[in-house]
Amino acid sequence: MKTLTRRRKIVNAVMLSLTGVCTFVIVGILFVILGYLFWNGARYLNLDFFTKLPTPVGENGGGMANAIVGSGKLLLLATLIGVPIGFLGGVYLAEFGRGVFPSLVRYTTDLLNGVPSIVIGIFAYTMVVQRMHHFSALAGGLALGVMMIPIALRTTEEFLRSVPQSLREGAMALGASKSRTIATVVVPAAIQGILSGMMLDLARVAGETAPLLFTSFSNRFWSPGWNQPIAALPVMIYTYAIAPYEDWHRQAWAAGFVLLSLVLIVNIAARIILARSSAHHRR
Amino acid sequence: MSAAPSAVASFDIRAFARRVRAGDQIAYLLTLICAASIFLVTCLLVYELWISSGLARHKFGWSFIITQTWDPVKEDFGALPFMFGTVVTSIVALLISVPVGIGAAIFLSEMALPRISDTLTFLIELLAAVPSVIYGLLGIFLLVPVLESGIVPALKGVLGFLPLFSGPFYGVSLFSAGVVLSLMIVPFIISVSREVLLSVPVEQREAALSLGSTRWETTWKVVVPYARRGIYGSIFLALARALGETMAVTMVIGNTPKLQSSLLAPGDSIASVIANQFTEATSDLYIHALIELGLVLFALTIIINGLARLLILTTGARIEK
Amino acid sequence: MMRRNCLAAFAAVCFLGLPSFAQMSITGAGATFPYPMYSKWFDEYHKIHPDIQINYQSIGSGGGIRQVTEGTVDFGATDGPMTDEQLKAFREKRGGDVLHFPTVLGAVVPIYNVPGIATDLNFTPEALAGIFLGKVTKWNDPAIAKANPKIKLPGNDILVVHRSEGSGTTYVWVDFLSKVSPDWKSQVGTNTSVNWPVGIGGKGNEGVSGQVKQTANSIGYVELIYASHNKMAYGRVRNSSGNFVKAELASVTAAAAGVTMPDDFRVSITNPAGKNAYPISSFTWLLVPEQMQDSGKREAMKGFLKWMLGPGQKLTEALEYAPLPKAVVGQEEKAIAKLH
Repeated sequence: MKTLTRRRKIVNAVMLSLTGVCTFVIVGILFVILGYLFWNGARYLNLDFFTKLPTPVGENGGGMANAIVGSGKLLLLATLIGVPIGFLGGVYLAEFGRGVFPSLVRYTTDLLNGVPSIVIGIFAYTMVVQRMHHFSALAGGLALGVMMIPIALRTTEEFLRSVPQSLREGAMALGASKSRTIATVVVPAAIQGILSGMMLDLARVAGETAPLLFTSFSNRFWSPGWNQPIAALPVMIYTYAIAPYEDWHRQAWAAGFVLLSLVLIVNIAARIILARSSAHHRR
Repeated sequence: MSAAPSAVASFDIRAFARRVRAGDQIAYLLTLICAASIFLVTCLLVYELWISSGLARHKFGWSFIITQTWDPVKEDFGALPFMFGTVVTSIVALLISVPVGIGAAIFLSEMALPRISDTLTFLIELLAAVPSVIYGLLGIFLLVPVLESGIVPALKGVLGFLPLFSGPFYGVSLFSAGVVLSLMIVPFIISVSREVLLSVPVEQREAALSLGSTRWETTWKVVVPYARRGIYGSIFLALARALGETMAVTMVIGNTPKLQSSLLAPGDSIASVIANQFTEATSDLYIHALIELGLVLFALTIIINGLARLLILTTGARIEK
Repeated sequence: MMRRNCLAAFAAVCFLGLPSFAQMSITGAGATFPYPMYSKWFDEYHKIHPDIQINYQSIGSGGGIRQVTEGTVDFGATDGPMTDEQLKAFREKRGGDVLHFPTVLGAVVPIYNVPGIATDLNFTPEALAGIFLGKVTKWNDPAIAKANPKIKLPGNDILVVHRSEGSGTTYVWVDFLSKVSPDWKSQVGTNTSVNWPVGIGGKGNEGVSGQVKQTANSIGYVELIYASHNKMAYGRVRNSSGNFVKAELASVTAAAAGVTMPDDFRVSITNPAGKNAYPISSFTWLLVPEQMQDSGKREAMKGFLKWMLGPGQKLTEALEYAPLPKAVVGQEEKAIAKLH
């Protein structure tokens, strides 16, 4: 009896500490990865990186100014496409959505969310690039925008649903129409959550490379307008990382540093907003 | 609101006009259009994939899925090496990340103090935010050298007799891709499993403990089985993510469209070959074959995602993402 | 306050989105073989004509042929000339013809990373074919050792690195192998993308050199400049006269000497006659559609081609590409007039 208990106690101690080990291994790996990236990236980051265009192949120097602006333009277009459609669709599902059609919309949104990003790239290629007969920032922005829609929609729907019904009823009792209620009462109550969700969505899409490979293509120069191929940070990282030039590797690290910093900052900011909003609601 | 039922059509013009003036009808239509457009876009996506893979589907039929060759010269295309690579790397990723992920989820839900648990979960969820191309960058320059210098020789020493670990190792391989994938999917497993474990009613734990179980026995024999479906769901979710990963995989898998018996050999995955060869598919049949591969991948991810949602939802746990 | 910010943001969007009417932007894609040369040329040309921007992406010759046929790029580039079927497909899809314009001469060299070997190895055509067929598997195989009597080769396994995508460099390489090895010709054949018997894939010349650089006991094939830029060892290859020749300006120029250039400029110069010729040399071409709708782009392309045949040719040697033979330059200048 005593040995049985002792054995069980040992198993207990061992297994529980193993779970702790698992956790700290993962957190440790996180720190190693980020640390390695930041150390390498910071080493090779300089002013040229932010201000100069890429130099001819094999010549050292130059930077990724066009890729940084390019990523910005693509994300702007993606946001202009993804956020309004996702937001309004979420409003529809939360405020008007009972029945077959809304369920269908929910199901296809989840479906769209699960589509691998390379397949979205194929879609944008057949829809935009083949029809327009050139690669463009428009095609790239569209691909990213389509990727943003599902999460924008679900975030909006969830946070709108979490607004207590009493708020709606109060507004309507005061004579406000449904659209007025939504615009002036429900949405503002949920806005912090929705905003944080949109930010997370944007951060996720900022790092996407695959859908850009055959839509926005890439560009060694500045890309005016929306009809030209355009450089983007993730694509540059990919191109430079698999090449043999040491200088390109250094620039890839620097670009990785910039990209990851932006993604993490947006992520952390989004979560802080979310935490503050739920604390506010709990009160 | 009138009590008398109308014999005529019940469309009330005055109420409609009121609604339009108040903007309700517009709001309804606007949001409806947006919601409908999502439905339409998805249908359009499936339609385009179907149409744009027509040549390949008609030429190869179902044998596309079981053909091994990928020969652009002779225009003979088969999906098998890529399905193999996709599935094998995902399985390797799961084999590594599931035990570690569930272990960590148990620790974070059962053992750690709430504040520490929240902080650590937050940090782990940041891992999920790291873009794929950055995992690829780290894969090429950090992971592959580490595998080459330490881990794989050790692995070969212990398990080298298995055909699975035979042959030379050149850094890029199915195994390397699997390891990188495991890093990418472990945050999903931890995050979702932790949530489902936390949602297990405390009475279950108390009942087990009061019967004299140790903490571990309670966790392993009571709590985890109760949350079993949600945990399976998290695994399927992670699997769906792993199947579609493109950049990190294409940078470390070796880009060799062949079936291999050893994990240490280079291979290729569906997403990776599309990324590599799409812009260069010189003939129409070639590009249609690639798009058909995309269709296969799409179908796989739909099925796995569907199973995942089913399992997670039926555990009753709320998930944010 | 909010309104002003919104207005400012809107204006910024418009500015970013406004096409710069002073800029002429031309997009091209294709071969990685001449990429260092092209990127230098387009950069220099932009300095001379700041209003013309030629954006070239190296995605491989297969990609160049495909995208110019689809019309998604204004011009393509390839080191494997388009086949008759591909020309026909272009005609069917786009209406007009596509013209080949040779730009430079380059060489494809066998690069290797064998620990302990810093000197140049000699490769016979049979050895190369055997390695890439998977029949020669170790570095100290007699096929290689016989040609290198003074060097002690290790018994390690050879790892072959080839291109993972459609490539003109591949075309040149397998074109050579098909000419010297009947086995290769029947088993694998010649194309921009082949069913490789062995090896792992790297993306672009860049990817292959990167892979060989990082992997011990590997062998690959890349354009000469990629080997020298990255200070990698590359071997000598035996030519049809029996001499082991190293790829360099003189030997590449010798390979093109005496070749009759046909009217459409499509020609292969692998395994040529000539004592000092490097056997794996090739022209590389720009693929320009005969009919370009946009007159501005057409004139810009013509201007660039003229510059390329003149001052551009003077920049080739610094990047270890051989300039075009004078006769070819003359032929091409006449052909530019065909663009309308």
